[in-house]
Amino acid sequence: MDITEFYDTFFEEAGELLLEMETHLLELDLDAPDAEQLNAIFRAAHSIKGGAGTFGFEALQRTTHLLENLLDYTRRGELALRRDIVDIFLEAKDMLNDQLDAYRGGEEPDPEALERICQTLRQLALEELGEDADVGGGAVPEPAPREKQEKNAEPAPQPETASGRHCVALLDMVEKDRQLLVEELAQLGDVERQSGDDSRYEVILQSTVSAADIEAVMCFVAEPEQLQVSALPAAQAAPAATAEKAPPAKAGPPPAEAPAAKKKPAAAAKSGESTSIRVPVSKVDQIINLVGELIITQSMLNQQLESSGSDDGGKLANGLNLLARNARDLQEAVMSVRMVPMDYVFSRFPRLVRDLAGKLDKEVELVTEGKSTELDKGLTEKIIDPLTHLVRNSLDHGIESPERREAAGKSRSGCLTLSAQHQGGNILIEVADDGGGLNREKILARARENGLSAPDSMSDEEVWQLIFAPGFSTAEAVSDVSGRGVGMDVVKRNIQSMGGRVEILSQPGQGTTTRIVLPLTLAILDGMSIRVGTETFILPVTGVIESLQPQPDDLFPMAGGDLLLKVREDYLPLVATHSAMEVDGAETDPTRAIAVIVQGEGRRYALMVDELVGQQQVVVKNLETNYRKVPGVSAATILGDGSVALILDIAGLDRLGQSKKENPIFAAASPARSAQEIELT
Amino acid sequence: MSNAAKETVAEAGSREFLVFSLGDEEYAIDILKVQEIRGYENVTRIANAPEFIKGVANLRGIIVPIVDLRLKFRLEKVEYDEQTVVIVVNIEDRVVGIVVDRVSDVMTLEAEQIKPAPEFGVSLPLAYLDGLGNLDERMLVLVNIEKLLTSEEMALVEEVGE
Repeated sequence: MDITEFYDTFFEEAGELLLEMETHLLELDLDAPDAEQLNAIFRAAHSIKGGAGTFGFEALQRTTHLLENLLDYTRRGELALRRDIVDIFLEAKDMLNDQLDAYRGGEEPDPEALERICQTLRQLALEELGEDADVGGGAVPEPAPREKQEKNAEPAPQPETASGRHCVALLDMVEKDRQLLVEELAQLGDVERQSGDDSRYEVILQSTVSAADIEAVMCFVAEPEQLQVSALPAAQAAPAATAEKAPPAKAGPPPAEAPAAKKKPAAAAKSGESTSIRVPVSKVDQIINLVGELIITQSMLNQQLESSGSDDGGKLANGLNLLARNARDLQEAVMSVRMVPMDYVFSRFPRLVRDLAGKLDKEVELVTEGKSTELDKGLTEKIIDPLTHLVRNSLDHGIESPERREAAGKSRSGCLTLSAQHQGGNILIEVADDGGGLNREKILARARENGLSAPDSMSDEEVWQLIFAPGFSTAEAVSDVSGRGVGMDVVKRNIQSMGGRVEILSQPGQGTTTRIVLPLTLAILDGMSIRVGTETFILPVTGVIESLQPQPDDLFPMAGGDLLLKVREDYLPLVATHSAMEVDGAETDPTRAIAVIVQGEGRRYALMVDELVGQQQVVVKNLETNYRKVPGVSAATILGDGSVALILDIAGLDRLGQSKKENPIFAAASPARSAQEIELT
Repeated sequence: MSNAAKETVAEAGSREFLVFSLGDEEYAIDILKVQEIRGYENVTRIANAPEFIKGVANLRGIIVPIVDLRLKFRLEKVEYDEQTVVIVVNIEDRVVGIVVDRVSDVMTLEAEQIKPAPEFGVSLPLAYLDGLGNLDERMLVLVNIEKLLTSEEMALVEEVGE
């Protein structure tokens, strides 16, 4: 066993503690700070310091030490909180995050940044408290090396005693915590003897692990000063006895300060931990794949049974039905493992909004709704960037300055709402502000400047879609927050690549709402099977609007062989699937085929297919794992009979149809062509 | 091949090859690249791909492209019958199936049995060959399947930077 094995655990836990610290800092009411919150912030800094000490992350330890001291003053009411102090604390928290990242990457954190933040913290202590001796100044560098020496001193005798007995002393610990720790210890080795009371409880452990490892295991439950681990060599107890005696003198005083307050949350955190495990996403994905296979195998069995027709009184069919139900339950259960609450995403925004509002001199209140709504973990990571962009836009362009708001008869402080809710198989995420709304005239004027076709007759909805065009911005001045016009098109593309879509609702003077509709997961897709010739393809249901049988009167031939289909008031281009996908023997007469009206990347068109087979959920399989990207195809899936069906890419198919017409000798196999295709996607 | 030769597989210089036939010719590939051999069935065609890419098939949940080497090497007779098999090979973390007429043997070749190959023609450039194998009266074309399948002209792998 090696202490580095615990690094990952420490990084994860420290990361969570930092996040918790930030949340509390942001929620703090400066005029009447909640004592429990101040305590929580202090505890977080303290725990990180403890861990950093154990693992020898010196920069982290120094920074947390300074921060912790300041936090200690605030929680004792000796340092009154102000907005700028909270800013410094937040800055320190960011620095800790950077340091953590550096250590995670196996590097030493930037020493200049470390000096800078330490200086800032010392300065604060000096100005506010005038007690540089206690908090910063000369006293600071000392504790670090001293604690380091302590840590170094203990592992020293280990080589001889590594596989021996250890005396673990638990100081000032309530019974509940103690029991948890003893259980923890029992997993490391054999507990020979345990005795003592709340103030000092000794456990003799027979184990092959080293003292440092025992400490590392326990340091997230107990405070470092509550813990003493010393080796007890079976025969000669002399060196161990001295080692055992030395630490208590140093470790004695600190727990006396706030023993009760510290322990409760530690216990709570512990009980939460014991009911959950951390698993790499790749393992979950593997299970999801296997379950997908199980379902395919099950439907293959079903088809076999139907075609063979020999079933002894339906027993086999009953068994298969049961298998089908179990397999589907299993699939749902496994899929739910990948789901994480939207809180994971939303929790980043209070800080962003606070910082941005400060920078832009605006007053903004952030409201989040539906934090517990669950979304696929892979999607939550991808949604953060687009959402950040939308929030920036809302703050920069949407919400007006307090003066303008007052002049318009609104409250000085604007309101930004982030919400999430489930709707069918989709999740609906909205970014809503109560700002000035989009300016139709300005957008139209700008669109024309950019050479986009923008007739006055466009509906509001269509006008709002214009801002997703590349390079589009109506902001009068480019700020460092937003306004460069790179972005909205990226937002749209990102969301489309996740299989979702973006809508904008806006009322002049009332505000703007951007709505993102996303599928709950990328691993499973609601598909519509279509038949073209003898081949089966899958269309994503999200892109399908309706289907109809074209009448001869509704078809309008255009120059160049294009066909337009009149659907109520609209004329839509008719794309023949069989020509785009090179299928022989398909229906070529539109009036005998079926037109599926689809929408991809804002463009609507009609797709000509032979037959609609049915709707089913399909497991999405990447084509690029073993092959390459195929124009007009987004992925593949496996049908009930074990054969592969291609999932059509609605937007790509449209382009494919167009480019084929432009270039009759077009062959997708030529590298130049596919490069262009990929760039377009 | 003598038994003695078979027993010295582990010796330096000797390599094992999977021998298959395309038309009347015998080819061989390094057996370490071969994952499995299966029948030719249920291949889904892919549009706008070169002719020799037959499509993709389901290999126990993995989508695998299927390449017909007979089309790639421009053989005249290309039939799909019960003898037609797919050799599933593993190259650079990818799984690819290659269609061949028949798999015949696993052979061990000593270093001195492997001769440099002369230039054949356009369908199989020298770069994709490990050499020619001499086996009594038989001649085996030793194909470097990894180089062949990852080559640009196979269009199986997207080029870097694309």
